[in-house]
Amino acid sequence: MSSSLFGGGLDRRILGLLAILTSAAVLVPVLNLAVPPTSSFHIPTYAVALLGKYLCYAMLALSLDLVWGYCGILSLGHGAFFALGGYAMGMYLMRQIGTRGVYGHPVLPDFMVFLNWKELPWYWYGFDQFWFAALMVMLVPGLLAFAFGWLAFRSRVTGVYLSIITQAMTYALLLAFFRNDMGFGGNNGLTDFKDILGFSLQAPTTRAALFSISALMLAIAVIVTAVLVSSKYGKLMIAVRDAESRTRFLGWRPENIKLFAFTVSAVMAGIAGALYVPQVGIINPSEFAPANSIEIVIWTAVGGRGTILGPVIGAVAVNWGKSWFTAAIPELWLFALGGLFIAVTLLLPKGIVGTWDAWRAARRARRSAGKGTSQVEPPVAEGTTARTTRHSIEPQPAE
Amino acid sequence: MILRALWMLLLPLLLLPGVARGQDAPLGEIIARFANVEKFDQTEALVRELGATGDPGVRPVLEALAEGNLYVRKVDNAIFIVPGSGKVLKLIDPLTGEEADEASSSALKKVRVNNGLRRLIRDVLSTLTLGAKSAEARMAAADTMFANPDPAMIEALDAAIEAESDPAVKLRMERARAAAVVLSDLPESDKIAAIELLGSLGDRSVLSLLATVEANADGDLQRAAADAIAEIRSVLAAWDAAQNVWFGISLGSVLLLAAIGLAITFGVMGVINMAHGEMVMVGAYTTFVVQGAVHAFAPALQEWSLAFALPLAFLVAGAIGVAIERGIIRFLYGRPLETLLATWGVSLVLQQAVRMIFGPSNREVGNPSWMSGSFEIGQMVITWNRLWIVAFSLGVFVLLLFVFNRTSWGLHMRAVTQNRRMASSMGIRTPWVDAFTFGLGSGIAGIAGVALSQVGNVSPNLGQSYIIDSFMVVVFGGVGNLWGTLLGAFSLGIANKFLEPYAGAVLGKIIVLVLIILFIQKRPRGLFALKGRAVEA
Repeated sequence: MSSSLFGGGLDRRILGLLAILTSAAVLVPVLNLAVPPTSSFHIPTYAVALLGKYLCYAMLALSLDLVWGYCGILSLGHGAFFALGGYAMGMYLMRQIGTRGVYGHPVLPDFMVFLNWKELPWYWYGFDQFWFAALMVMLVPGLLAFAFGWLAFRSRVTGVYLSIITQAMTYALLLAFFRNDMGFGGNNGLTDFKDILGFSLQAPTTRAALFSISALMLAIAVIVTAVLVSSKYGKLMIAVRDAESRTRFLGWRPENIKLFAFTVSAVMAGIAGALYVPQVGIINPSEFAPANSIEIVIWTAVGGRGTILGPVIGAVAVNWGKSWFTAAIPELWLFALGGLFIAVTLLLPKGIVGTWDAWRAARRARRSAGKGTSQVEPPVAEGTTARTTRHSIEPQPAE
Repeated sequence: MILRALWMLLLPLLLLPGVARGQDAPLGEIIARFANVEKFDQTEALVRELGATGDPGVRPVLEALAEGNLYVRKVDNAIFIVPGSGKVLKLIDPLTGEEADEASSSALKKVRVNNGLRRLIRDVLSTLTLGAKSAEARMAAADTMFANPDPAMIEALDAAIEAESDPAVKLRMERARAAAVVLSDLPESDKIAAIELLGSLGDRSVLSLLATVEANADGDLQRAAADAIAEIRSVLAAWDAAQNVWFGISLGSVLLLAAIGLAITFGVMGVINMAHGEMVMVGAYTTFVVQGAVHAFAPALQEWSLAFALPLAFLVAGAIGVAIERGIIRFLYGRPLETLLATWGVSLVLQQAVRMIFGPSNREVGNPSWMSGSFEIGQMVITWNRLWIVAFSLGVFVLLLFVFNRTSWGLHMRAVTQNRRMASSMGIRTPWVDAFTFGLGSGIAGIAGVALSQVGNVSPNLGQSYIIDSFMVVVFGGVGNLWGTLLGAFSLGIANKFLEPYAGAVLGKIIVLVLIILFIQKRPRGLFALKGRAVEA
């Protein structure tokens, strides 16, 4: 059971997910572009953008799952990495506007002209090149996570304390990006994008292509995560999650293991943010809001942390629910979200996928017990399932 | 000029009751002459003459003239004060202040004034009040003259200083005189003495005056001015620092109130209550409701509605806290991160519930009269509501210290904080302690809400705006000791307010956050960390 947890790498379920993602990458654009709008199989362009957004969220949830589900670090600041990646992409898109802005300045984005700036700040150099922006999408969140993690893990900041200071980190960034003189558009953020790599962002073909790229990038992220957690490093991560002190006493360096996971996860979140921005057409400081980062946690928790499939399912399901709620009964959405937080932690601590696994394992155990082949197996199986989830949040006393 | 000097010397005498009344007849004559003025310098002469009478009765005329309300009736050249405008105007006798007649606007001619005249009138009026009976009026007059120093006033001030008995008023007059002397053409030694006096008083408003002196003079005078400026600057810097410390203490006391409940629950139960901010909000809304109820049912008790709100807010927030503990947290025992998520869910629900009941807009809670207004110490301004909140938060802190250190509940709480299993083995009912602690922490958040309703608006987001700062206080102060929270709250408050003038409010806050993140590296569990084996669990 729980083969997605311990080895196997790309097991059947993950292969299934990859198959769905790649076929969606092909099918959705086809149904959007080639099928006439009158057909019932037609997918409207707005739905393509919405689905693309969900996929970015799924990738973000997956990145959080890597640190929380597998390494036991509850980051309440993952939205910061997502937003930083988004800003890096937004800066590239801003530079692409060129003279088509309201003020028609060839170099300066509109908001800088508005603020009466005379020249481009140094940190905007290079963002007119796509390769540079793409590099920064990974480098900036990665470096921040590395610096933050290096400081935090080395001095053994753990548990609730770590969660709180990751929240402080994203809060500090929120305040910083709200400032006009930071040079990131202040309150309004970056918007009014025109095109990406020469393709108009308004064109349905570009939108369809962005969707496909998001689906494929998510597939790659799934593969990377699956391979990583089933490798030796992945086992060490799980060991740190379940018993950090014990891992240390066995001679490993938990801080390095955590730092690696944290950095990889931040890079993944940054890429998700970069894919998100061209599809929604705006990036502003509210993406740094601590509440957003906590919402990511609930996507992961709903789907099931410590599984590959869970965060993807959770992110899509919760955001679909959010879209539906905010359109149908907006005043009840916060009740639903709040209730979800409470219900999931109380009733479904393993999430949808984890609970499904446990239920299947129990059924299999019952069946084999019914056949009379083994009397001992069921309790063992149940015990292991419980262990993998419960210990993730309960640090073991040093022995 | 000589005439003026004379009347200035006589002023105290003239203002004695009875003496002043004797001036009625000439006053009327002077006023009547306004009918014949053709040029501004004639008006000016008249104004000076009126001032020279030293009669407080000229005040209404001069005020009316400055406001352009003094009119001549064309038929008989009589002078009237005409307030307001329109077709038919009321005419008021300038001496008696009684309504004399009515006339159409076309039958009247305005006595014209210009800015130079207005300034003169203001000066004359203020010199008149230098001899006023109430010390407050005299002080106000001296301050007006200080704000617009005029060498012509020196004699008047000398006379007033001579006659002044109130030392505070005398000081103000001397200050005004010094400012006038600096601008006069008196000998340099007088000016230097005046500059020294101004320097020693250390007031922001003389800086520009001294700067002009420094720029235009040379030699000793310039040096004296430069010295005085430096002296004033250093005095001001000290007062600014004191004011910042006060702002910091005030912010710190709010943080202390908001964070101390959080610190207690975190210490005892090891869980961060993300709904803590919402308890603060609930407390603030309780105050709002109580104030409304008192207003409706017992308006006489309005001043004391806070006294009802305080226990009620504690009970309401405490009850919600106990309900959360019994309903949710109890089942998540030993899983602090999941507790954090569940309480976040609770906070969303509470926020939305309040938003639906009371509406999303800000609600205003009034201050009782004993909490409004402010007073000054030197050059610092202290508002009463802030002072009350500082006192209140310290009171709550002392009360909690007492509960912690002198009651059996406190003993149990400390025992559970230090080693839960051991405490449990010794017969302490840890679930009860948990529920009590959570209720206590939430209740204190509730009374923090009462206090916060006095310094800001009450909105559904009230809690959110304080919660991250409260976390920072707890993380910085540690949970081993209530003193840690006190120290954490005040150092964060003061650090914030000290950085604000240099870096701006937002950047200051960012710097504080970064400093805390760095501080955590050195002391991962705050200033006052628990020591011992149980900690590493």
